[in-house]
Amino acid sequence: MSWIFDNLDLIGRLTLEHVRLSVPPIVLGLIFAIPLGWFAYRFRLTRSVLLTAIGLLYTIPSLALFVILPPLLGIGFLSELNITIALTIYAVAILARSVTDALGAVDPDVRQSAIAIGYSGWRRFWGVELPLAGPIILAGLRVAAVSTVSLVTVGILVGVESLGYLFTNGLQRRIIAEVFAGVAMTVIVALLIDALLVLLGRALMPWTRADSRATPKVADPTRGAAA
Amino acid sequence: MNVFAEAIAWLFSAERLTGNNAIPVRLLEHVWFTVVSVSIAAAIAIPIGYLIGHTGRGRGLAVSISGAARALPSFGLILLLVLLAGTARASLAAIVAFVLLAVPSILAGAYAGIEAVDRKTVDAARAIGMTEWQILWRVEVPLGLPLLIGGIRNAVLQVVATVTLAAYVGLGGLGLYIFRGIPLRRYDEMLGSAILIVALALALDALFALAQRTVVPRGVIQGFATDLRASPSGRRAVVRKLTAD
Repeated sequence: MSWIFDNLDLIGRLTLEHVRLSVPPIVLGLIFAIPLGWFAYRFRLTRSVLLTAIGLLYTIPSLALFVILPPLLGIGFLSELNITIALTIYAVAILARSVTDALGAVDPDVRQSAIAIGYSGWRRFWGVELPLAGPIILAGLRVAAVSTVSLVTVGILVGVESLGYLFTNGLQRRIIAEVFAGVAMTVIVALLIDALLVLLGRALMPWTRADSRATPKVADPTRGAAA
Repeated sequence: MNVFAEAIAWLFSAERLTGNNAIPVRLLEHVWFTVVSVSIAAAIAIPIGYLIGHTGRGRGLAVSISGAARALPSFGLILLLVLLAGTARASLAAIVAFVLLAVPSILAGAYAGIEAVDRKTVDAARAIGMTEWQILWRVEVPLGLPLLIGGIRNAVLQVVATVTLAAYVGLGGLGLYIFRGIPLRRYDEMLGSAILIVALALALDALFALAQRTVVPRGVIQGFATDLRASPSGRRAVVRKLTAD
């Protein structure tokens, strides 16, 4: 335990680095998954092929992906870009299916109403469908975020420093407390980012709290989207 | 693309079939670790999952355990357990880590499979005089089998990925070639073995996908075939635990 107190600044520095490496794949994953998920939802014929192909990316073990990506994309094996791209691929693989499922769960009556009062396709997507799909997309985003935080640690094997440094360094020096600190901090970072996403979801989708109110002013718009 | 040609050449070179580090030996080691760990995890998780699914008790606890387990970094967990157990018992420690990582997906698959069975079907079974035991084995278990196998499928992929990382502490398996190649900058070896690992993961995934299809009872195939892949269901989201490690 004394190792932890003697090295608080190292743990702090690596934790910040870990967060810095975790955020881009999560954000990029969502940005790429929304059009992909929409495409899979909109065009039924390609849906199963597209979702199966994206799902297969997800079965690739991370270390293997870190090795295969650099020659494929012509980037450096030890570069941070390698980790960012690999983890973005995993996030997209999780999120594309969530987006498709979420859009499919939007109440068809609500969609019809939006068309009836004159929403165009583009405005209907951003103003009606995407917000109503929000809760299910958020559920997928939370899974993607937690897995990304945990996978960043593997990056140490290809030279990208994060909390994973405490694993390999702790093993070499046979300091159990060091490895333990790395595992514990990774879990804490994952849970913090998860909590942040829940708060963000409440701020952006205030209607999801409607259930707890005694008399909701509007009909529950999450109907059909409740998971 | 020259590197890929070299990797394939490495993979199919005759030297790969001889010596201590012959590919068949390491491949079998990799599969053996996976089969043993997933079997132990299944023996623990399936009875508990069925109990939760059938009685409906302890579901909240199971959901939060599966959620929290997702945050555990598998690489760190292996190193931690190996350090705690000592290098002499490294493979035992690693198997414990693999089992810990495999249990949540199988547990989720087991209880979600039973929960997904229409309550009307269960009530009907009870109404025609089936005992609780008969309801579980003749109604809930067969109908929930696809989701259970889905859970095992996720667990297998998770363990295959984690066994790769376990080569870091000298446990063998296919990850060995990658870790041997990194310090020597032997890209053909690293890439060739990475391709082999991906092929193994895809082959196992395909095997379980096939099993998932074949266990759907004949009577429900019509309704299920479309449901399995395309339906928007929160429950399936729970079952799809992460496997990319």
